[in-house]
This record gives sequence, structure tokens and C-alpha cells, in this order.
Amino acid sequence: MTGAYDAVVIGAGPAGLAAATLLAERQARVVLVDEQPAPGGQIYRAVEGMTARQPELFEALGPDYAHGDELVTLFRTFGAEYRSQSTVWQISPADGSDAAHEVWLSRGGRSELLQARNVVVATGAMERPVPVPGWTLPGAMTAGAVQVMLKSAGVVPEGMVLAGSGPLLYLLAGQCLALGARITAVLDTTARANEQAALRHLPAALRGAGFGYLVKGLALKLRLRRAGVPIFRRVTDIALQGTSEVTDISFRSRGRPMWLSADLVALHEGVIPAQQITRSIGCVHDWDAVQHCFRACTDAWGNSSVDGVLVAGDGAGIGGARAAEHAGRIAAAEVLRRLGVADAAGRDALAAADLRGRAAHLAIRPFLDRLYAPPAAILRPADAVMVCRCEEVTAGAIRGVVQQGCLGPNQAKSFLRAGMGPCQGRMCGPVVSELIAEARGVGVEEVGYYRIRPPLKPITVGELAALDVSGA
Amino acid sequence: MTLTADVLVVGGGIQGCSAALQIAQRGFSVILLEKNGVGRHASGVNAGGVRRLLRDPAEIPLSVASMEMWLRIEDLVGADCGFKVSGQVAVAETEAEFATLRARAEMVASLGYAHEELIGRDELYRVVPALAPHCVGGLIARGDGFASPYHTTMAFGAAARRAGVRVFEEVRATGFARRAGVWHVDSSAGKVEAKFLVNTGGAWGATVAAMLGEPVPLEAIAPMMMVTAPVPPFVEPVVIGVGRKLSFKQAPNGSVLIGGGHRGVPDLAGETSSVDFRKLVISAQTVATLFPVMRDAQIVRTWSGIESRMPDDIPVLGPSSTEEGAFHAFGFSAHGFQMGPVTGAILAELVADGGSNFPLAPFRITRFRENASVAASGQ
Repeated sequence: MTGAYDAVVIGAGPAGLAAATLLAERQARVVLVDEQPAPGGQIYRAVEGMTARQPELFEALGPDYAHGDELVTLFRTFGAEYRSQSTVWQISPADGSDAAHEVWLSRGGRSELLQARNVVVATGAMERPVPVPGWTLPGAMTAGAVQVMLKSAGVVPEGMVLAGSGPLLYLLAGQCLALGARITAVLDTTARANEQAALRHLPAALRGAGFGYLVKGLALKLRLRRAGVPIFRRVTDIALQGTSEVTDISFRSRGRPMWLSADLVALHEGVIPAQQITRSIGCVHDWDAVQHCFRACTDAWGNSSVDGVLVAGDGAGIGGARAAEHAGRIAAAEVLRRLGVADAAGRDALAAADLRGRAAHLAIRPFLDRLYAPPAAILRPADAVMVCRCEEVTAGAIRGVVQQGCLGPNQAKSFLRAGMGPCQGRMCGPVVSELIAEARGVGVEEVGYYRIRPPLKPITVGELAALDVSGA
Repeated sequence: MTLTADVLVVGGGIQGCSAALQIAQRGFSVILLEKNGVGRHASGVNAGGVRRLLRDPAEIPLSVASMEMWLRIEDLVGADCGFKVSGQVAVAETEAEFATLRARAEMVASLGYAHEELIGRDELYRVVPALAPHCVGGLIARGDGFASPYHTTMAFGAAARRAGVRVFEEVRATGFARRAGVWHVDSSAGKVEAKFLVNTGGAWGATVAAMLGEPVPLEAIAPMMMVTAPVPPFVEPVVIGVGRKLSFKQAPNGSVLIGGGHRGVPDLAGETSSVDFRKLVISAQTVATLFPVMRDAQIVRTWSGIESRMPDDIPVLGPSSTEEGAFHAFGFSAHGFQMGPVTGAILAELVADGGSNFPLAPFRITRFRENASVAASGQ
């Protein structure tokens, strides 16, 4: 395994940055690979240098965002090797204890092959798809996509409607207000039953860092009220209207039909682990009935079911940015033990503060997970709603093939081409599994998920043909 | 609980579904057990080639008869299976390869078949204008084509169900015993009793055969495929390499399927397989060389499937040598898809009539033992 890295860390969000930083500090041969042009991931996107570049934007994005600046600075200080704008398109797990994992990546139309004794997957979360009628129309975005515009281009949308639930929805509303943008309305889909279910977990949520999160959340909502943003509660039956683009949004609030005129709607129903890479490696995934998503199974240190593949951060279960940062250092400590740099006691000592820190930041999760549990109409949309946007497959078509004997998502793929388009099932996967489980009357864990076929992102025939694999 | 039927088919790939359908059409009651789902393995994920071109001479009569059935596939299974007659052409890149094709064409003609036609350079470029300019000629079967493998296998499964076959998916046959002229089969869902047993277990066919006391040297392989995002139509027939491993075709939606022999890593016990990108690099180089227009096409997906290969690259097809009332059809060696219709017809003949009109001797299960004993006695 000469020439192999001690660790390849994938994803430069909080978990990946923290892991790579600690590994570099301890002189491990580490490379951090990331798709974006600059470190920070989604949550700290474009944070590096923003204080100087766009001080007002930096201010408006708030202190939690500013924390990313410290994380990136520390990462730069220890000088881990860093490959930006690099897309990992395949990981072949080692086929023996002495062999290396192989990480295939593409940058600027050229592919190369890295060998790694350990792979730390820190690819985080993705937004849960929100398949409501009309969600495929131009003008319908996810809250996360609006934040990308905000952070990387400084584009502040005017007159947006925000619809859904979850911390990010309110955070985005607050950031837009801070930048002086007008918000048409917030449509909150949180059900009364969610609040009742969450209430039982409120005492636990006051522990650790939980209290701070709650105060921040309440302050955000208060700020929206003070600013006079109309907030509709108990919202159901959201439908985006329009022929070639969104012109209106209709919904019910407390059962009463209503509509608003809007040409930009940000939809959000929380985030779920990004499974594409861990699935393709063959890591075992669990169904998390509370967070309502699949997640890569790991032990407390981040070890997945595949030897030498660790998962740090939201990919192993949603915990948020600060928990992910701790998880990154915890996984790095475990990698150091695996490398023989630290023994078990050394690892424990190295990770002690982070284990405590992670627990503190996770204290609020049981409360949040129940409060913002996604509505059934999003998980299992009505027949007419488009589920696979790439291949234009509706929820009704999925239910239909179950009647024809389709047992799982992979057969639905073969029947209907659902999940075979350019997004490779990222957007429809969670919904297709839910729909099949519902139609078969079994649990989602039983029907499973798409088998993920490499490449994880498309590469050209020419790029693959030009790949030199002789030396690797 | 014990289920009974005249015939038990083990394995729900295209061979098993086709056999179950055509046996049921002869008036027998049939149970089909499939350990995963219908079409889960090789039958559902192969390249979909419907090809007589370049078949082993022993397979030609069967393949030719199967093609007649493909032309009426909708009558057989009630669905078009995505079957298209596009032609298939083997491309010679050198004079030496062209000489091989010429000898092949003469051999096939001498057997009395006319489906393979030698074509020179001009006709080759008329048929496949996008080919790189260095090719010298080809061998074409204009009546060959391709179909949608998963839809085809599912159509056979659905037709079998409509014909009364009881299809049980996610049920695994685990033990076989024949007593008083009846097969007693244990499965993960319970016992099955049947007069006849049909083994269409694909890559797991040798496991069943071994349980009947007749082990065969089957090798599990994992042929790989790549598919690109749709590109404008540029190639009509399926193109096969002669000197290199390649099978290349453009689907009706514009995407290009690239396969042809480079293999991934099978995991027979785990019932899965994985692709080997080092070998796909070679596939990509072949495509880029033969079809320069393809260099910018986006590869969106690759996969492999578990298939079985016999040492002589032709299947085991015919009666068991150890047990009465048992028949095998497996080991199709990565070209069984086109044979699905005729295999079912042959198995129906064997069950109903006790024999087949097709020359099955080359496919007998005992041939590997004979070769071993011939080799031993030659000392």
C-alpha cells in the first residue's frame, strides 16, 4: 500500500473539516476531497474570506455561520492536502485487510484514482424531497437552494413564500429579513400532533446545548412576527399553481382554504442523510423511524459496517453542524487508532471532549425530530404528483407497479425507469421506498432502497478512457 | 404446509418463466420458486441482445428457432418486450479479423443457414457510418436485434401467472428428494411435491444439480454494462467487436449501452456482484477508439449481474443423468437471453413428450465427466 493515503476525507463541511484538521495536526497523510470551490460545505458555504469580501452578508448570516470561519481557518493552519472542485464518482472498498480502498474522482474533466487505508465519509445531509403538486415548476425551490444563492452569489430573493417546517426554514427567513428582503409569508406545516409528541421530550431538550437552540429558535420566530411577516400555521394541502412557472400557491391553514400570489416558493421539510456514497460502498443502513430516513449504521466512533470506512456527521443520522464537527474529530481519533498512531486509551483521551460535546448538541434532537416530523402527504404524495422528476414518474405509477407485483425500489426502477435519470435517484429514492412500503402494507426498512450504481456522478467516455490505472 | 403441482420450476429468470409458461400451456399445473424476485439477476440486467450472430454451431438450430418465436413474442407473452429488429454486426478492424469472419460465414452457410452475411468495407460504413475509419468489413445478421431484458422477463413471468402458474418470489428451494416417483422439495416457505422438477437456476443451477448428485464445473461470472445519457441517434444495429470485447447499441431513447465481456466481481453466496472500473477503463477505450463521436457522451450508470459460464460456453440443457423426472437448463454463458423462448419450448417437450425434436446431445450434463474420463483414459 505504498503511495496510499492514511485517510481520504470526503466532504468539506464541518465533519470533514474537523476530521481532516485533526488528522493533519497529527501528521497523518490525509487528503480532503470536496465538490465545492471553497471549504465549508453547505452550512458554511463561501464563509472563507467573506468578512472582508461581503461584511454585510457575513453579519446577516449570523453567529452560527461565522463559526465556520474559525473552523476553516484552523483547517488551513494545519495544512491538510485539499482538493476542491473534485467529485468522487466511485469508491471500491478494499477486498482484503492489507489492501487499500480506492477512491475515483474527477476534477475539471480529468479523473484520477487515490488509494486510502481509511475513508471518512463526511458528505452530510441533503434536503428531504418535498413532492407537492407543482414542485417541479420553475419558481419552486428548496430552502437550501435559496441559501446557496444567498451565500455564494449574495442574491437576496424578494417576496418569497417559505413553506414547510424545520429549523432551516426559519433560519432562512431570518437571514432574508436581516438583509432587508420582504417575505410574503411563512406557511408552517407543523401539525398539532407533532407538538404534542415533542412536548414529552422538552425536558431532555433543555439539557446540554439544547437550551441555547430553543432560545435561538424562539428568538427567530419572534423576529419574524415583529417584522410583520404573515405566518400561517397548521398548513396542509400545499399546491403550487402555474402553467410554465409558479404564479400562486394554494393551501389550507387550520383547514381553511387559502391562496397567495407568489413567483418564488422555498419548500423545506428538514434534511436526511445523503446515502449515495455509503450505499454504493455497501455499508449497512438502518431505518430511523423517528427521523424518518435511512442512515448509515455506525458505532460511536463512526465505523461503518465496512472495515476502514467511517461515516462522520449527518450521514450517520441528522445531528446538525456542531454535532457533525465533533463527530469529525471523533472519527479522526478512531482513524489515528486504526493507523497505530494512538492506542485505544489515547483515542479515548483525544476524543473525550468531543464525545461530551456531541452529546450536548444531540440533546435537542429527540424534541426537534418529533416537532418537525414530516407530514404524511410529503412522504407519500397523492397519485398525480410527480415523484421522479428526471424520468417523469408519478406517485400513482409507483403504486400501480406494486399492484403488478413490484416488490421494491429496484424493480420500480426497472419497470418505470424511476431513479435512472441524471440525479440518479437522489430526489425520488426516499419517496419511492415510502410509496412501495405503503402499497405493500409493510415497513420502509423491508422494501429497502435503490441499489446505487456507479458512477455517483456522470463522467464522459473520454474521461474514463483517459484514466491511467497502470501505476495505481 | 405442502403444495402440490405436476411440475416444479426452480429459478425465475427468463428460462424458468418461459418454461413455466409453456409447460402450463400444455395443460400441466406448475409451481415456480424464485429465491429473489423474477428477473433479479442475469435475465433482468443483461445487454438485451437478441442475437443469432456468431453462436456456437450447437446452439444455431435452437437460436434460429428462438428467433422465430421472438418475431411473434407478443402472441407468446402478450407484450412487445421492447423487441426491435435492428441487425447485429460484428466489426473486423484488421484483415486477419476479416478472414476469421469469412471462415465463420462459410461454416454457417455449410450448415445450411443464411442468417449471417459477410459484408465488405463499403457496406459496413453504409450500415454503421459512425465507425472510426480503420475498419475493414463485417459479418451481419440483419434479422437480429435487441429487447428490453427486464420487461421481457417480467412479461414471461406475468404470462406464466395468467396461464395458471403459481409463482412464489423470495422463496428458496433448499432440498430435493425423489420418492415413489414424486419430487419432495423443501423450501423456505414449506414443502412442494411434484412429478417433474425443472432446474433453471442460472448461476445457482449447479447448486441444484449438485443436490441431484451431478456436479458440474460452473463458473459464476459478472458481466458488466455501462449506459450513457441520451445522445442523438447515430447507430442503428448492435455492434460487436471481433478482436476486442465490445457490444454496443443505442436504445430507442438515445442512450447507448456498452457491454461485451469485461467482467466484474461476482459474489455468488451474497447474491450480488460489483463492477471493476479498471476493466471499464478498457471498455471506454474501445468505445472511444471505435466510435470517436462517443468521447463526450456521459456515462450515467454502470452495473454487473451474476451469470453462469460453462467451460465450453454452451448451456446444460436436457434431462438429469441421475434422476428420473428432472430437467436442467442453466449455464447459458452470457448469451441465454435470446434463447429464452425456445428453452421453454424444449423443456415443455421434455416434460410433456419425454423427448425433444432439437439436437440436445451437445448440451448433456454428463459431458464434463466424459471429457474428464477421456482425458484420464488417454494416459
